[in-house]
Amino acid sequence: MQEPIIQIKDLVAAYGDREVLKGINLDIYPGESIAILGRSGCGKSTLLRHMIGLAQPKSGEVRIKGEDIGSMNEEERNEVLKKTGMLFQSAALFNSMTVGDNVAFPLREHTDLEESTISIMMKMKLDLVGLSGFDDFKPAELSGGMKKRAGLARALAMDPEILFCDEPSAGLDPIVGAGLDNLIRRLQKAFNMTIVVVTHEMESVYIIADRIAMLHEGRILAVGTKDELLNHPDPRVKQFLNREADDEEMDRDSYLKTIMGKDE
Amino acid sequence: MTEIANKLLGNIGRSTLDVLQQLRGVRSLTAEAGYWMFIAPFRSQKLKWKNTIEQMVKIGFNSMPIVLLIAFFVGLIIAMQSAYQLERFGTTIYVANLVAVSLTRELAPLLTAIIVTGRSGSAITAEIGTMKVSEEVDALQTMGLNPVRFLVVPRLLAIMIMLPCLTVIADLVGIFGGYVLAMGTLDLTSVRYIDQTISALTFRDLSSGLIKSVFFAFIIGMNGCFQGLSVRGGAEGVGKSTTRSVVVSIFLIILADVFFTFLFFSTF
Repeated sequence: MQEPIIQIKDLVAAYGDREVLKGINLDIYPGESIAILGRSGCGKSTLLRHMIGLAQPKSGEVRIKGEDIGSMNEEERNEVLKKTGMLFQSAALFNSMTVGDNVAFPLREHTDLEESTISIMMKMKLDLVGLSGFDDFKPAELSGGMKKRAGLARALAMDPEILFCDEPSAGLDPIVGAGLDNLIRRLQKAFNMTIVVVTHEMESVYIIADRIAMLHEGRILAVGTKDELLNHPDPRVKQFLNREADDEEMDRDSYLKTIMGKDE
Repeated sequence: MTEIANKLLGNIGRSTLDVLQQLRGVRSLTAEAGYWMFIAPFRSQKLKWKNTIEQMVKIGFNSMPIVLLIAFFVGLIIAMQSAYQLERFGTTIYVANLVAVSLTRELAPLLTAIIVTGRSGSAITAEIGTMKVSEEVDALQTMGLNPVRFLVVPRLLAIMIMLPCLTVIADLVGIFGGYVLAMGTLDLTSVRYIDQTISALTFRDLSSGLIKSVFFAFIIGMNGCFQGLSVRGGAEGVGKSTTRSVVVSIFLIILADVFFTFLFFSTF
């Protein structure tokens, strides 16, 4: 098999004393699309933040193309980040700039291209996500789905090898959400990108992902294709895939302790 | 009783730790801003002049009307207050000295700094804080662009250039305010008043005021940016940090003022 493009080894992450990720191991291969799936609060966003170097691991490492991004200095890390794109949950467009300037921003800062070339590239990227003609709009004038598309165009500005997406279809109606998922999938195939998607929505996963990594309480529970996971022996995997709620058993003693505030 | 004492000591300890942690944060932000201001430009990573000039217009130029107005009125007030005292000795000509010296050494830098804190320090915190909350700061970072270089340095540079400029303008307008009052109500000629003002002022008076204002600018800019970057938790967080930014800036400005005034008082 090929060399993995992203390699996560024994990654432990903590906020203060609370460990959020408790030793993650995961290999992601070039050209594949992997979904990191898990319940809210299981650490998937934290995992993503570590993959793009927004957070420093407590121990363990994240290697992108063989290089540990946690131990890089800022300049080296920025070189790696130029070749990655990130689509944020809230799109995170710069609200003070027009949509066109948002998409052109990475090109202006990282390349020495002529302004006319940048303008053409910006229009191409906007066209790619179906937003041609919207370059003079401010982000506040766009709908939620359009903002995400614009965010996607900005993430693609530097022709990234790896695209990270944080909950791409969250907060969108099913039709717009599915449209965005399809768009991401189509672009991934067209540009042969590696995609890492963090999500809790099964519908999204089925459209986007080749492989699924299931995260549960800071550990990877299962990795595999959709069919492999459906036949996984662990009941928690099945529970998630089938959208079953937790059994709401109530332990009367522990409840009493909780509300009385006594730990013994 | 012991419970209350415990709580009290606990609170004191917690706030002390809190303050220490903030100081550490400010120190590292200062170091980083210093790097992007003075070292990085020589490593082919240029300063963001376009952003800086935009900020200079926002912070400096747009503050001019209010600074002019307040400086003029303060000049009037000081002239009236000192005339009230000096009339008893028949030495109203010294109104010119009092107005000129108190404005240039103290009031113009201080008032300008406080106006700019309220107008621009709060805006800096609110802007950066909102960007932080809406993940825009993270977005910069994931593009491989340093937020301190793009957000903090242009604002800090802009305010450190513009506040001394505003102070000079406030000096002039304040002195003019005093002149207007003297001409209107005191029995002085224009030439004498102007002569007296010029002979009263020394280079020291002007420079000590300007040195102060550079440090005030640093306090407003640094604290504004730091509070903005440490915003947590949505719109409410932005509001809280903005309030804190203004309160802390004004407090630190007064503190610095005491320090520098003492320094100039004992050395000059």
